[in-house]
Amino acid sequence: MGKITFIEHDQTEHVAEFKAGSSVMQIAVDNLIPGIDGDCGGECACGTCHVIVSDDWFRKTGTPGGEEEQMLSMTPERASTSRLGCQVVITDEMDGMTVHLPEFQM
Amino acid sequence: MANQQKETTVIVGGGHAAGALLTTLLQKKYQHEVVLVGEEPHPPYQRPPLSKNYLAGEVDQESLYLKPRSVYENAGHQLRLGVRAEQIDRDNKTISLSDQSTLKYDRLVLATGSHVRRLNAPGADLKGIHYLHDIADSDALREQLVPGKRLVIVGGGYIGLEVAASATKKSVDVTVLEAAERLMQRVTGPEMSEFFYTKHSNAGVDLRLNTAVTGFEASDQGHVAGVTLASGGTVPADIVLVSVGVVPETALAEAAGLPCDDGIIVDEFTRTEDPAILAIGDCTRHRNLFFEKMQRLESVANAVDQARTVAATLMGEKKPYNSAPWFWSNQYDVRLQMVGLSQYHDQRVLRGSPEDKGFAVFYLRDGCVIAVDAVNLPIAFMVGKTLVQQRRQVNPEMLKDPDIELKSLVSGQSIN
Repeated sequence: MGKITFIEHDQTEHVAEFKAGSSVMQIAVDNLIPGIDGDCGGECACGTCHVIVSDDWFRKTGTPGGEEEQMLSMTPERASTSRLGCQVVITDEMDGMTVHLPEFQM
Repeated sequence: MANQQKETTVIVGGGHAAGALLTTLLQKKYQHEVVLVGEEPHPPYQRPPLSKNYLAGEVDQESLYLKPRSVYENAGHQLRLGVRAEQIDRDNKTISLSDQSTLKYDRLVLATGSHVRRLNAPGADLKGIHYLHDIADSDALREQLVPGKRLVIVGGGYIGLEVAASATKKSVDVTVLEAAERLMQRVTGPEMSEFFYTKHSNAGVDLRLNTAVTGFEASDQGHVAGVTLASGGTVPADIVLVSVGVVPETALAEAAGLPCDDGIIVDEFTRTEDPAILAIGDCTRHRNLFFEKMQRLESVANAVDQARTVAATLMGEKKPYNSAPWFWSNQYDVRLQMVGLSQYHDQRVLRGSPEDKGFAVFYLRDGCVIAVDAVNLPIAFMVGKTLVQQRRQVNPEMLKDPDIELKSLVSGQSIN
């Protein structure tokens, strides 16, 4: 168990509890966090779960894989710590992590 | 809103469209009472994994649920699951349910989805003949996928081929019978059909095209033992999956006198001709401003997009449905992503080759990109989404030139 903070583009904060093994996308969806759609259910097929990981936490989440990178490369809000939420599997080490949401999903 | 009396919105159907609608209404803080009536015992769930990793036993049932049931209920939505809607009384605005109760609605959203098309052939009721549409179907089929068993799949479309890939992983002996001259003929072009033919052949699947089925043979125990072919001959089988498409579930709407034509007719705001009744998802033949004609689509993307449209309509916003359809499929190590409807093309352009790690087919009509199928090449899908949505005219030479970055085709141009 742990907590993750989602910060919407307008700076609204949402704190959600997680169980390790879930994805950042699923945690957001289960907690009705606006701004993450996850339309494909986590198959890395739609690109609607873009999050921007806080710099300090990016080392823990790791960098995007090749196909994820291609999906992300088309968003105008791409940042150096962008990830697709469905591809970030939460570990207990990520307790306290903060991720920012873009203004628009793709 | 505080001064208005609370209305009741009833959603009939518990699939992806209904689930996306519940979520959108929660996020938009819809003030009215919401009741969902769903025939299955489950809260809204993802169907795509039923032929893929759920069938293969790699993920559990809970992980299919769009959200835990408690999320909706804690937020005040009522879920009446395991209950069928039987009749709509439009004059009194009520709907009668299979548990003998009646619900009063102010607004009704039909999200009844589709049901599988059944084969009407001799022996079609034999034990061992499966269809795949819901969790129970996937569970029943998974139990049978034992190494060495002979699975014959009737229909070489998305579902049939996804099951072929999942079953092959479990060392099941798979044969696919397809009546058309190529795989996935309804949804993709010949290059993709050919690519998937090779992929499945290499995995050991026995693929038979131009092969129509006439019926099923029984064992002495009354279990299916073979599939008989129009060309003569029988393919022996221990298990059969019939995957020959779906039919929109319109019975409730038709009985209520709502106009239907292979789908419940709705406009770009998802409204039927009855101002109190709306419809979304697989069950609709709808107007989408993106197309010139009415369409019926069987896809998650359509379910979700129409759910967002109906939520806007319910909340008094005018947001017409205007998005390009998209689809995906996973088979083996292949991720196929598709945008647009390719069947209306007059030109195809291949980028890369099926021998490469990733490649794509662009479909053009009158010089505009109308659809893209991308295999392990998400950038082509993402660029394609923009090109298709904006009906961009693109020089075909640029689409196929590996020295031109796809991204450059959509950056810095204004939309016309």
